[in-house]
Amino acid sequence: MTENYTALYEEHKKLGASFTDFGGWQMPLKYSSELAEHHAVRKTSGLFDLSHMGEAWVTGPEAAAFLDYALVGKISAMAVGKAKYSLICQEDGGIIDDLITYRRPSHQEGTDKFLVVPNAGNAKVVASALLERAAGFDVVVEDASAETSLIAVQGPLAEAILLRLVPAEQHALVTDLKYYAAVEVPFTFDGGTQDLLLARTGYTGEDGFEIFVANDSAAALWQAIANAAEEGELTPAGLAARDSLRLEAGMPLYGNELSRQGNPFAAGLGPVVALSKEGDFVGKEALAALKAGGAGSTSGRKLVGLKGLGRRAGRGHYPVLKDGAVVGEVTSGQPSPTLGYPVALAYVDVEHSELGTALDIDLRGKSEPFEVVALPFYKRQR
Amino acid sequence: MPKVAPELQYSDEHEWVSRGDGNSVSVGISEVATDALGDIVYVDLPEVGSTVTAGETCGEVESTKSVSDLYSPVTGEVTEINDAVVSDPALINNDPYGAGWLFKVTAESEGPLLSAEEYASKNGGDLS
Repeated sequence: MTENYTALYEEHKKLGASFTDFGGWQMPLKYSSELAEHHAVRKTSGLFDLSHMGEAWVTGPEAAAFLDYALVGKISAMAVGKAKYSLICQEDGGIIDDLITYRRPSHQEGTDKFLVVPNAGNAKVVASALLERAAGFDVVVEDASAETSLIAVQGPLAEAILLRLVPAEQHALVTDLKYYAAVEVPFTFDGGTQDLLLARTGYTGEDGFEIFVANDSAAALWQAIANAAEEGELTPAGLAARDSLRLEAGMPLYGNELSRQGNPFAAGLGPVVALSKEGDFVGKEALAALKAGGAGSTSGRKLVGLKGLGRRAGRGHYPVLKDGAVVGEVTSGQPSPTLGYPVALAYVDVEHSELGTALDIDLRGKSEPFEVVALPFYKRQR
Repeated sequence: MPKVAPELQYSDEHEWVSRGDGNSVSVGISEVATDALGDIVYVDLPEVGSTVTAGETCGEVESTKSVSDLYSPVTGEVTEINDAVVSDPALINNDPYGAGWLFKVTAESEGPLLSAEEYASKNGGDLS
């Protein structure tokens, strides 16, 4: 796979990051201690480079109808300014990716405009699936991934820090922004002001923001955000912390919990699938059959949260046992830094998925007791 | 660059060995290993009185991200384990060559060990 570098690579190097390959990108794994970065996001705030994520613009008179056909959600029902979590599935219901779609104001009458954000490793696959599915629709799909950077500020201090870069008379744009919504906000940095798309979204379980910025302004924005924060308010955070944060928040990761072999119902994402929306969509027939067959409720396996009763953590692909027999498999797991006990996401046979069920994880030959618990593991105080 | 303590010897599996009185040796893991593992959250050490064998696993080190086997760099009877790192594994990250030592062995023999210079050049460590 070709190695890709984000526009912030030099910033990460300056900060002493250790790098890892993720979806074909050299990304910061951690800057110092991943635990310290994790706690910083929960207690103060963290600064993330998410430029490896994809960005595809979908515009045209039939953009909404097209996305209703291409994705499993009812995208046409979204109001301008909102964001929506959805899936792009195969004909057989397998998940190609999970993605967030933003509905943006269109400045051309009779035209709708959406921004679709897929995962790093899937950006090209999703862009080409969208292009392929666009046949017959009056719509233009543009993959802007290569030109677009994405910076996230997540944590309780995120709003206060970002406001320092926004002119006072525009503060309400940020403070009034609801969760899963986005707005163009003027940011003052690098000796000028730029209108940037600011979304109140995230993958950490905290309040936070994601900012879309052109590659050639990304480093200046990154530095401006870092400089706007006082000592101890903002910590650069790598993918290790991002993974432990999203796991505590019970959020699935494509490649771990979601795959082409899985399906939305087993993953607990049934409500994301709008089977009743008007017209056909890719995967509809298979998904309807899966639902009718009780996938994830009365048949097959289901994604559950497991809480460790001992100190040892389950890891991806470790078997889940009931009375010594394999009844499932861990997809993600590690000690929860915030909660202080091991947590794991695992697919288990539906008959063992009830809350409170005692299960074991086979830790390389040793059984360790776990219990099925409600997701998310961690929920922030509001 | 991770530090390599110049006064110690090292195994290929990143354990260090420090010689004490007689045949007594202390064993820990190098900063090369702690840097690669990330924050250590759990350590499983051999029991006092048990026999460990050079080159064979004798425990586990678990970090937020991964689990690694602990290999004994020497053969002999375990005489003491560091209870402090069992209750606070972060000591291993914070002071891998000091307070983060793991266990002591009365060594009968030792596996192939590298000098600090050899280990540092092989693993990109900092000897100073």
